[in-house]
Amino acid sequence: MSIQRDETAPPIQIRDLHKYFGELEVLRGIDFEVKHGEVVCLIGPSGSGKSTLLRCVNKLEEPTAGKVLIEGIDITDPETDVDAVRTRIGMVFQQFNLFPHLTVLRNLRIAQRRVLGRDTAEATRVAEEMLARVGLSEKIDEHPSRLSGGQQQRVAIARALCMNPDMMLFDEPTSALDPELIGEVLDVMRELAEAGMTMVVVTHEMTFALQVADRVIFMDGGVIVEEGPPEQLLRNPTHERTQRFLRAIEIE
Amino acid sequence: MKRSTRQKVIRYSLYGVLVLVVAIFAIFADWERIGRSFFNVEIAVDMFPEVLTVAARNTITYTALAFIFGLVLALVLALMKLSSIKAYRWLAIVYIELFRGLPALVTIIFVAFAIPIAFPGVSIPGGALGQGTIGLGIVAAAYMSETIRAGIEAVPRGQMEAARSLGMSWGKAMTYIILPQAFRIIIPPLTNELVLLIKDTSLFFVLGTTPATKELTKFGRDLMNSKFNGTPLIVIALVYLAITLPLTYLVARLEKRTAAAR
Repeated sequence: MSIQRDETAPPIQIRDLHKYFGELEVLRGIDFEVKHGEVVCLIGPSGSGKSTLLRCVNKLEEPTAGKVLIEGIDITDPETDVDAVRTRIGMVFQQFNLFPHLTVLRNLRIAQRRVLGRDTAEATRVAEEMLARVGLSEKIDEHPSRLSGGQQQRVAIARALCMNPDMMLFDEPTSALDPELIGEVLDVMRELAEAGMTMVVVTHEMTFALQVADRVIFMDGGVIVEEGPPEQLLRNPTHERTQRFLRAIEIE
Repeated sequence: MKRSTRQKVIRYSLYGVLVLVVAIFAIFADWERIGRSFFNVEIAVDMFPEVLTVAARNTITYTALAFIFGLVLALVLALMKLSSIKAYRWLAIVYIELFRGLPALVTIIFVAFAIPIAFPGVSIPGGALGQGTIGLGIVAAAYMSETIRAGIEAVPRGQMEAARSLGMSWGKAMTYIILPQAFRIIIPPLTNELVLLIKDTSLFFVLGTTPATKELTKFGRDLMNSKFNGTPLIVIALVYLAITLPLTYLVARLEKRTAAAR
């Protein structure tokens, strides 16, 4: 199936983004662009602003200043229909955030039905297709609470894919998982990347970044400290702060 | 005295006091008169079937209507209190504090009698049914809105974020994702509100009901006065319990189930 759409504007453009939480400046002037089909990994210590940056991309956080353009559309413009833009951006959360009162099928169907206006048959067809993609077809009638963390996260990815997004955001998708369940989620993400999906991933999985990312960005203190191809940034960082961070987490 | 002996003595003297009180009551009470006043089978049998077909039916109807009206109003108030618009938040707070602070009876009298005075020609239609259920619903909404708000706030923040990031508007996310979960959480406390409401319909006696619109309390009290006998009150008490006890039992079970599900 094709997930790439012909759009001339880059999927994500961010210009001089600032974000305050009260007095605290969490993002201090971020310039950032993601190209079609590119996989970008955001790494950095906790509190560096990488999750906030990701959440500004689909306006879960309101930027204090600066511009966020999604496929050329400025979502910081109050006239923009953010709900419509969000349907093109899939988001995957650390805590999965499946809807616990709905079965897997209905988790996958509800936004297709209520937002895209697809009929039940069409929405079911798409849901079944995406569930097969993450390898969980047999769980279609289960409730989320009956699934393991890894399975829940794969369902959450399928739920986002059901909207046929142009890009996917991952906010520490494996941080809440038991170590033995991380692999299955990363495998699904790797397949997505190979299929050409535009992806921005906030992660601590350096091996994944090394193998899958086209570009790695290191953030600290609300700014982008350094960015580059994974081999260079992770094996041979130029900035002292990046070196210190990578030493601390001991890349294998 | 040893500690264990002393405790034994205290225990037995407590039993002794109880036996003494019961004995005095049993000896000096006029059992024949008590039986006649409270457990007169003839009067009790005479109350049927009206106590069920009219009085209990009215009580349940008033409760159901007040509950539905109150619940809708409560939902609006809860959303107002969670609104980002300050004026709505304040309106909700004033409403809630006002009607929780007043006796329900005052609100019912106000709706039924004060409004027609202030606005000549305007009166809430439907007699006891209309005035009472609206008055009681207004009060119930104040309590239930706080319950609903707590339920909404108990749904994790990530649920709203997940729904919004799928492109749902705030209203759709509320309707399809947040409220269904919130109501699941608050079914036990809402059932408690329902039990309170059943009992509060007894306040409708101030509305001057006709024989056809009497609820249980008014029905029992009128019969007590006309027969000069307490039996009708015993009968309606049993009818109340027949309605409320299963509900409180249900609440206990639901609470146990939600506790187990966590």
